[in-house]
Amino acid sequence: MASIDLKSVRKVYPGNVTAIHALDLSIADGELVVLVGPSGCGKSTLLRMIAGLETITDGTISIGDDVVNKKEPAERDIAMVFQNYALYPHMSVRQNLEYGLKNRGTPRDEIDRRVTEAARILEIEQFLERKPRQLSGGQRQRVAMGRAIVRQPKAFLFDEPLSNLDAKLRGQMRIEIRRLQRSLKTTSVYVTHDQLEAMTLADRLVVMNGGRIEQVGKPIELYDRPASLFVAGFIGSPPMNLIPVEALVAVAGGTMPDFPAGTDIVGIRPDQVLLGSRDGITLSGTVELIEPVGGESHLYVRVEGIAQALILVQQGRASVGEAERVDFILPLAALHGFNRESGRRVE
Amino acid sequence: MVENRPWLTVLTHLVLICGVLMVAFPVYISIIAATHGPTALTSGRMPLLPGGELWNNVVEVLTRQQRGAAPYWLMTWNSLLMAISITLGKIAISIISAYAIVYFRFPGRVLAFWMIFITLMLPVEVRIIPTFAVVANLGLLNSYLGLTIPLIASATATFLFRQFFMTIPDELMEAARVDGAGPIKFFRDILLPLSRTNIAALCVILFIYGWIQYLWPLLVTTDPNYYTLMMGVKRLAAAQEADPQWNTIMAAVVMAMLPPVLIVIFMQRLFVKGLVETEK
Repeated sequence: MASIDLKSVRKVYPGNVTAIHALDLSIADGELVVLVGPSGCGKSTLLRMIAGLETITDGTISIGDDVVNKKEPAERDIAMVFQNYALYPHMSVRQNLEYGLKNRGTPRDEIDRRVTEAARILEIEQFLERKPRQLSGGQRQRVAMGRAIVRQPKAFLFDEPLSNLDAKLRGQMRIEIRRLQRSLKTTSVYVTHDQLEAMTLADRLVVMNGGRIEQVGKPIELYDRPASLFVAGFIGSPPMNLIPVEALVAVAGGTMPDFPAGTDIVGIRPDQVLLGSRDGITLSGTVELIEPVGGESHLYVRVEGIAQALILVQQGRASVGEAERVDFILPLAALHGFNRESGRRVE
Repeated sequence: MVENRPWLTVLTHLVLICGVLMVAFPVYISIIAATHGPTALTSGRMPLLPGGELWNNVVEVLTRQQRGAAPYWLMTWNSLLMAISITLGKIAISIISAYAIVYFRFPGRVLAFWMIFITLMLPVEVRIIPTFAVVANLGLLNSYLGLTIPLIASATATFLFRQFFMTIPDELMEAARVDGAGPIKFFRDILLPLSRTNIAALCVILFIYGWIQYLWPLLVTTDPNYYTLMMGVKRLAAAQEADPQWNTIMAAVVMAMLPPVLIVIFMQRLFVKGLVETEK
């Protein structure tokens, strides 16, 4: 159990490629922080720097009260779960779980106790004598988790642990990881590119882009008040509609509010757009495509004068058909204002 | 193949059978020759069916003491010692150098790899004179060290191990680091067990390589106590002042073929096991 502190941490690769720009982040004891961002945003690099698998160019990383910059991964007392599980193929599940403990000189009876305990928690008791290749993807994932748990480390580091699983299993394992982390209360850093996984798992969410932190906060805060255009576009599915103000003013009817100075893009969540004509900014367009998802329907509506199609979410079945005209309003309270130049939110 | 044409199947089998016959016939002839008495082979007509003299010929080979040659058992011992030392030495050195090249970042790493790789392109015969000079200056002529050490460095095996190590995911090494395994532990606990199949395959190839060495032992040994089997068999055929005794020569040849055959048969079981257990 420990907090993790990153102070103006930088990573520059040979050839002067900066992967992480002076980054500050504090992770509290017992917290599950998710690093999310598109590929190449530096989230995995950052995790590997915490793990000690990448060197730190500048700044300090501390786990608990120790500055760990120069320490080997094993000395940092962290456990890592890898994307491809990285189980030792020639060892049985039991040997895989034991390996880290044996290397630390843990006494035999303590090893047995911890392995039994971890196997019970993860329900892999019946696989202990099997080799990894005899296990399914989900079972291997559990073993990889078990290898982290038995160590009882100061922190868990997860590097996209679920991306090799199919969608259904991913959902299940997501819930299990959440439950496990809650009960063990071990500080965890979790890297993913899947924003749904990020939203549902995180105590706090860190959205990264181009080696910088875009926004840090509770997932729902990020959803409700994205601090930048990037976060607005990245968090939420289907993504937020982003409309240039000049285009909106030119084509919309109804009451146009006074946007704060500097607002040149407005955003609105697809589920906040209302069909019909009431108070607010009124628009009308042609339904280009309907995606019936089951519980809700996604309408792609083409409005003349606005470059990209707007996405509307309608609960239940769509009340209009494709190629039909539809009127809708953008409620003023649901609008987010952004500045195109700075990419930041305008209040 | 994917095609399903009966005449093609017949044709491919015919080609294969012809190939097997061409390769196997000389071996068959030598085995047959080893079973006949001394006169049967010099009569000008080569018998194609086995005779009854195999045991006598074997006993003759094992007991006869030729002038200027070592006893058969000593030559077998020398050959075995040489082949086994070369095999073990080659595997040990090449797996360690491949480990260094793949897993460690040190200055000159690429240069080291290319220097090893380039020696692949030079056959032994090209560097045999300088090698001989070095061995002679070190005073290693007529010794087991002189027989084996110059042949132990192996670019081929290093290259094979390097290629294999590069297919092992980096995450395995990283997981081992997180698990507290240092370089030696990682090598011993993870890489060696994973390389088992490759080591078995190389054992076969390298044992045979060591067993059939002819030119090198011929150069560095003048003392019959260090003669190897390959040299001894050649000497039998080159005996002066008499007709070659083809029946005993062939018996010696057939006996000399046995160890490699046994190695292949024994290691094949390991191969199959390795193949069945292939995993990543």
